Amino acid sequence: MTAPLTVLTVLTGFARALREAGVAADGARLTTAVEALAAAGAGEPYWPLRISLCAEPDDLPTFDALFDAWFRSARPPVPNVPRGTARQLALARPLLAETNAGDGADPADDPLRTAAAGNEVLRHRDLAELSDAERDEVHRLVALLAPRVGTRRSQRRRPGGRERIDLARTVRRMLRDGGEPGELRYQRRRRRPRRLVLLIDVSGSMAPYADSLLRFAHAAVRVAPTSTEVFTMGTRLTRVTRQLRLRDPQLALAAAGRAIPDWSGGTLLGEALRAFLDLWGQRGTARGAVVVLASDGWERGDALLLGEQMARLARLAHRVVWVNPHRGKSGFAPVTAGMMAAMPHLDALVAGHSFDALRQLVEVISNA
Amino acid sequence: MPDRSTLDTPAVLDSPTDVAAALDRVGYLPDPGIATAAFLAIRMQRPLFLEGDPGVGKTALAVALAQITGATLVRLQCYEGIDASQALYDWDFPRQILHLRAAGAGGGDAGGPASGADTEALEASLYQRRFLVARPILQALETTPSVLLIDEIDRADDEFEAFLLEVLADNAVTIPELGTIRAERAPLVVLTSNRTREVHDALKRRCLYHWLAHPQFAREVEIVRRHVPEAAQRLARDVAAVAGALRDADLLKPPGIAESIDWTRALHVLGARSLDAETATVTLGAAIKYHEDQVRVQRDLLPDLLERLG
Repeated sequence: MTAPLTVLTVLTGFARALREAGVAADGARLTTAVEALAAAGAGEPYWPLRISLCAEPDDLPTFDALFDAWFRSARPPVPNVPRGTARQLALARPLLAETNAGDGADPADDPLRTAAAGNEVLRHRDLAELSDAERDEVHRLVALLAPRVGTRRSQRRRPGGRERIDLARTVRRMLRDGGEPGELRYQRRRRRPRRLVLLIDVSGSMAPYADSLLRFAHAAVRVAPTSTEVFTMGTRLTRVTRQLRLRDPQLALAAAGRAIPDWSGGTLLGEALRAFLDLWGQRGTARGAVVVLASDGWERGDALLLGEQMARLARLAHRVVWVNPHRGKSGFAPVTAGMMAAMPHLDALVAGHSFDALRQLVEVISNA
Repeated sequence: MPDRSTLDTPAVLDSPTDVAAALDRVGYLPDPGIATAAFLAIRMQRPLFLEGDPGVGKTALAVALAQITGATLVRLQCYEGIDASQALYDWDFPRQILHLRAAGAGGGDAGGPASGADTEALEASLYQRRFLVARPILQALETTPSVLLIDEIDRADDEFEAFLLEVLADNAVTIPELGTIRAERAPLVVLTSNRTREVHDALKRRCLYHWLAHPQFAREVEIVRRHVPEAAQRLARDVAAVAGALRDADLLKPPGIAESIDWTRALHVLGARSLDAETATVTLGAAIKYHEDQVRVQRDLLPDLLERLG
């Protein structure tokens, strides 16, 4: 009975390693794995184990890596990993190569940990002070963010729940049953994603941050393509939603860059905001939406106009969030004329100067 | 494993290799992963949870499994708002009423109150098996052997999952008025999901999980040839190569195997023996289903890919 015990010990350890790496290989799945191995008989354990221990495509790369580390047998080449996962893996790789070159001490978890540590440092660094390589890495991380707004109750209803009686369906059912009163049918409100509007200042003073913020916007558009709108503000207003719908961040950013005529120019925030509200916001884009304005508040135009437009926006929108990259620096006070004018109309003022600050922004947005 | 009876199947399915051969015979070309997953699902009597991009052959696998085990395929297509009365059973109310009316008419005195015993007997006669409309799950439990395909479970609500969990756990349905209907032999359950929503882990934990990947080039050529045997070998190879490359191009909807087959068929109908720019462009709609993707493929990707085909 020693042999099965050894197999069991190895499997338990393997499952624990998987769990630590975030795979859902719990006790029930471990039992399944033991049964599966018994059922499959002698031979390659890769497929029986993968089929019983994994629960989603994101588990597969981790499983493959750990399987190699634990069993080290030649496993069949896996045709291709699911798309999302492949991308994530590719994202983690470049930093690995830099920090972990020539060091193969603990193949099981070392690379992951090193990458995590490297990212940890980058997370808090100001985007304006990053080297090109570091900025690339942060951009990869930004692409993984999923800024998603909560839902709102829609006017439409759908069957289910106990919210209120669905008269039409109840009566239709009754008619079908020859007029006999039958079971009551219920309906409940459908929930729709709330709209997210991102207004990004692309003037000269925002230049170090605008690129990352647009990438953030791209991530938001990818999560909810139909309920996210992105505009850039400089001396004029430009809608870049359509450009950002391209899936590839590089292509999308390039397309947006071509569309924005006033990149790194001056700022007429008030004018641009008025244009947004007149052309889009008032007609519905801003209504009941979560509006995120990213700007440092350096207003070249009339701060009074900006104040008025902010008040208008606050009345239309569900929440107004201002992202000011300087907010994250010590000694920040909202003293620029634009900021002063806007302050009374904001629901939240957040930083946006580092990856970590952008991640916090995701939270603010999702709780809005 | 508690001693549940194993399926005595028409084909000998004693190993993943046997299953692979059997699937091959009914026109489904499996890779070792699929064969192992199918084998384990049959042997361990566990539900098989299949995920993968649309068009990789999840549903087709369930159909093929039914064929090789000689079972009847019962399909339950999930949708938003589906509930027990559409998945499990429903009383045929109009027929029950008709039955009551008929009994009333036969009884003679329509106005007078019937005696207690009569009413009770009449009531009991309403809840017979013949007034029960079996929906897919009950059908599958009553048919032996059967393969129950629960398609696109991610479209249903999570309450439905909880309910499904209950049925899958004991392979029996309890109808308050009639009693428990138990499957003579548990159906082979195949669940598919397109991952539009995360399915609850409690349900997944009961299942064997298999992620269906797009096939590798050689296997895709084989599959296409299998489905469109009349098409030229060269054409099948070209289509598989281009489709494979397009899958890595990050399209909104990458072409699945189903699209490769359609595309090959369309090209063949037009008389093409290989893929060239002109025919590829006019038939692109068979493979690429979004306008944005079509524009991108036509303008940026296709010329390059065709050149590489040589």
